[in-house]
Amino acid sequence: MAILITEKTRVIVQGMSGRIGAFHAADMIKYGTNVVGGVTPGKGGTRHLDRPLFNTVREAVEATGAEASLVFVPPPFAADAIMEAADAGIRTAVCVTDGIPSQDMMRLKRFLRRYPAERKMRLIGPNCAGIISPGKGFMGIMPPHIYMPGRVGIIGRSGTLGYEAASQMKALGVGVSTSVGIGGDPINGSSFKDILELFQNDPETDAVMMIGEIGGPQEAEAAAWAQTHMTKPIVAYIAGLSAPKGRKMGHAGAIISAFGESAQEKVEILSAAGITVAPNPSAMGETMARVLHRRAAA
Amino acid sequence: MDIHEYQAKEILQRFGVPVPRGGLAYSPEQAGYRARELGGKAWVVKAQIHSGGRGAAGGVKVCKTPDEVHEFAGSLFGKQLVTKQTDANGKGVYRVWVETASDIAKEMYLGFVLDRKSERIMIVASAHGGMEIEDLAEDDPNSLRRMTIDPAVGLTEFQARELAFQLGLQGGQVAQMVTILKACYRAYRDLDAVMVEINPLVITGAGDLVALDAKMSFDTNALFRNPQIAELRDRSQEDPRESTAGDHGLAYVGLDGDIGCIINGAGLAMATMDMIKLAGGEPANFLDIGGGASPERVVRAFRTVLADRKVAVILVNIFAGINRCDWVAEGVVKAYQEVGLTIPVVVRLAGTNVEEGNRIIATSGLPLITADTLADAAAKAVAARPRIAA
Repeated sequence: MAILITEKTRVIVQGMSGRIGAFHAADMIKYGTNVVGGVTPGKGGTRHLDRPLFNTVREAVEATGAEASLVFVPPPFAADAIMEAADAGIRTAVCVTDGIPSQDMMRLKRFLRRYPAERKMRLIGPNCAGIISPGKGFMGIMPPHIYMPGRVGIIGRSGTLGYEAASQMKALGVGVSTSVGIGGDPINGSSFKDILELFQNDPETDAVMMIGEIGGPQEAEAAAWAQTHMTKPIVAYIAGLSAPKGRKMGHAGAIISAFGESAQEKVEILSAAGITVAPNPSAMGETMARVLHRRAAA
Repeated sequence: MDIHEYQAKEILQRFGVPVPRGGLAYSPEQAGYRARELGGKAWVVKAQIHSGGRGAAGGVKVCKTPDEVHEFAGSLFGKQLVTKQTDANGKGVYRVWVETASDIAKEMYLGFVLDRKSERIMIVASAHGGMEIEDLAEDDPNSLRRMTIDPAVGLTEFQARELAFQLGLQGGQVAQMVTILKACYRAYRDLDAVMVEINPLVITGAGDLVALDAKMSFDTNALFRNPQIAELRDRSQEDPRESTAGDHGLAYVGLDGDIGCIINGAGLAMATMDMIKLAGGEPANFLDIGGGASPERVVRAFRTVLADRKVAVILVNIFAGINRCDWVAEGVVKAYQEVGLTIPVVVRLAGTNVEEGNRIIATSGLPLITADTLADAAAKAVAARPRIAA
């Protein structure tokens, strides 16, 4: 079953006729993702990548029954595109865009709350690599061949560090049910906790790899939730042990600005909650393999 | 993006925050002239740098005569002011603000920040001000009042009033505080700030509220729609390597070690730095080349890292998704030819087009050290550092 995306999920791409959007949409289609159309205002009625283009997300949903949307829209217009998807009835939106103003995100998150739970859209990202259920489909910019199908869920802020974890696991014969990039921005659509909850309820996921970094309260929040709700094992790694305080390390959200936001403090919080923390970024795969082995033996 | 105190005061005043009268000076003579122009008996002379802690660092002084203003300003101009918030090099003083000294009865703290937990703008206030908020949070956490603002409604009158009463304000001060809070909120919202801080917000001897200091920081992602804010950028206050790197699409942060890092992705960059540290080395920098990096951008990354004279080894670690290993490999080879590299370079490539990338490295005939994994790359980089003669 995996989470968020399967081979059946009907996907549209907002910004599919753009250079980058078209490149990655073509990759997604080649992988077997069920891409049913695209949205580019003003290009409705034409076709791209052998799929119909629509002027609005609403038209696309009505014509194709799309459930998920990948947003490849430039930063000034991205929040608006995401709200359009939510209003049109899309259930899952994934936004890759890096550089959305934080107040746009603030308003967007408030906007998403106007819908009742049964039709509320889940946003993944922005500033993320996307989501992939190996062998089934993906929405995003990741190199899909590095993921082996399997039963471990991955959640990470950083795209490339998520690739690193997936390839370490693949080298040890450990596969992935779904990998979710939640993005490196200070305000994002889904938190570690939100995705942990999905993995906990997914019968095809046995364990979760959680890759955090300095800055923000989400790792601590996830640890507190996991301690009381999570029965599946979690292996974590926190990047930024050597990061100085008060300096932004690339990601807008990767900055130590409050107590509990340094890598060391997060490692302590996660360990105290019973989560196995990989001692270094090169040991993410082997730590997961060991945890799975111990569980199988028990 | 940070701006100077005087710029923040000008902006906040436009929105309705009372600030002392003052003037900007680009020379000691102009500072003295500003004091005479303002009149009065005492002036505060304040070095304009993008850092807090100026008072303790000797960048602020109350002067009793225009000549003293002139003299003190003369000691500031051109100086590198080192505060506890700057690095050891400090920040250069090229502008000085001269304002009428205020009669201070009480100092309070007022800040507006982006609260990541509630995902809203949060007001932080205290009846005790003047010191850094971190120290305040440590010394007297109970004095801090916090309030979040619903983005769909904005700051409400009742919230502002409630906060004013919580701070112990009385009579006309309550209305003044409501005005200040609403003004700060509008400035924050309309101009895409990420931080507004008035510390101290003082009550004068006459009982009025005045912003004695002001700090504003802005969301760089929103500068496209705030060109008047973008114009306030002052490059003299930035690390030249970091801002030049930024101009070329590279995120760079200089550090103290000797292993230069060229990596794609912020998370992988931090993880690689951690790995270097665990292998017994020290990273010289954080550097993220971003997505879709061309060979030219990779060459630029080499130039940026090499501008730091401490760098003794370079570690290139690329896990390509949106990037291409072959482009990065071409960039590494080009950097060798164009920059004239003399120090060891360790290269680890993975992901998109990795075979082609490794072939380019292998057939280049250059003395590149290749690595297969993150751990291998970090260990080789640490081992490649020249031994210091005993």
